[in-house]
Amino acid sequence: MKYAGLLVLPAGFFLSIAALLLFPSPAPRAAFVVCGLAVEGLGLGVAMRGHMEPRGGDRS
Amino acid sequence: MTPTPPLPLMSDAAFALTLALLFLAPLAIAGVALINTGLGRSRSATQALLGNLGIVAVTAIVFAVVGAAFAGTPGLLSCCGGHSFQLGGKSWNWLGTGPFLLGGMGSSAPQSQLGLLFEFMAVALAAMVPWGSGADRWRLTAGFAAAAVLAAIVFPLLAHWVWNGGWLSQLGVNFGLGAGFLDGGGAATVHVLGGLSALAVIWIVGPRKGKFPKEGFATAMPGHNAVYILFGCLLALVGWLAWNVAGAILWLHAPLTALPVTAINTLLSAAGAVAATFAVTQVRFGKPDASLCANGWLAGLVASSACAGIIAPGPALFVGIVAGIATPLLVELLELAVSIDDPSGAITVHAVGGLWGLLAAGLFAPQAGQLVAQLVGIATLLGLVLPLVYLLFWLLNRVIPFRVDPDGERIGMDMHELGGGAYPEFVIHRDESYR
Repeated sequence: MKYAGLLVLPAGFFLSIAALLLFPSPAPRAAFVVCGLAVEGLGLGVAMRGHMEPRGGDRS
Repeated sequence: MTPTPPLPLMSDAAFALTLALLFLAPLAIAGVALINTGLGRSRSATQALLGNLGIVAVTAIVFAVVGAAFAGTPGLLSCCGGHSFQLGGKSWNWLGTGPFLLGGMGSSAPQSQLGLLFEFMAVALAAMVPWGSGADRWRLTAGFAAAAVLAAIVFPLLAHWVWNGGWLSQLGVNFGLGAGFLDGGGAATVHVLGGLSALAVIWIVGPRKGKFPKEGFATAMPGHNAVYILFGCLLALVGWLAWNVAGAILWLHAPLTALPVTAINTLLSAAGAVAATFAVTQVRFGKPDASLCANGWLAGLVASSACAGIIAPGPALFVGIVAGIATPLLVELLELAVSIDDPSGAITVHAVGGLWGLLAAGLFAPQAGQLVAQLVGIATLLGLVLPLVYLLFWLLNRVIPFRVDPDGERIGMDMHELGGGAYPEFVIHRDESYR
């Protein structure tokens, strides 16, 4: 889970970059950049959940 | 190789002013160091402050030897401005090229030398931010190694992309997105990088012992010295004013007449933030919370780093108020909902505050397309920089373990790593928080 989320983050980044290259007009370009950010948000959420420590499960 | 873009000429007055401001900028570093120390425990105070000092030293040496070459400050080299590749008919300048060990710096343009000095301060502050989040359990040598990694690889890449003619700064030229990604005071290169590094460190080292017991709420582990924290906030204000104004001159090429409003915006953002945090904590807890107010103040300053040189005073106040409202709520949410043990609140203050400032710079900037440029910058920070930092720290943790052993955490980092505490004349009581 924790690594899956971190792998989704670059996918969102590449989606944003693809928007710059594929859409010359401002509206679809902005929409796709926002979609890229949304994918990153999902990835961050998954990574956060994956890194949650079990209660009382201190590593030390 | 891409040719170096010509730098705008800088007047003697602007040069002298920028140099003077850069001599004041370390007060921001001192302020953050005091805040980091005060928010940790008394039995780790010396280690915390020594760590901040050591990080300044490590980043300065590593950045001089390696990092500055990859940052590729324009004008430091006459032959080239960076490595580029072609994609979609556009040039993507992704890596700076320069001599190692600052070779040829003495004969470079004065403005380039000032830019380099700014970057030395910036890399130190960026590497200090995660140190506060790993307080009470992050080993000194591991902290220094992580700072070296940031100074050698990650910060130079980001500084090149944002400040030194890299692809983010060229979004305006290549894609018509406003003036390209704007970050005059280092919200992205310093604070979001530092805040995301803090998140990576917390994921790797885990919470402090006893922070999240098997039953009940998370254990409150308040900072040990509110005076350090609040005095650090005042010191940071002086440093931030200098930082944002110097950044506006160097990276936004602002005229001298535009500088007072940059300083006023910085102050208004911090003021709005601390007032909002004061009100939120008063309503939420019945009394204002000093350490959360300090975090709110700092979040306002961080948000101003992105937009103080771009927006008007009214929006600057708004930016601060939003940062101040969000800070106490997010600190609580991260701790209670996702079990993030962040003693200094760096993720909220530096990462979220910085991201909000960058977004606000796009929302309130006069140029068309600026918002999309800022969003692409934010996407780069979250989608590329965070995984890169996590990967590098994860690998580093295999070589130099980040977390101190259980005995070290029990007796405190001061005794364990340094053999003496910060307050030898005071009795350190047993930690009642362990359940």
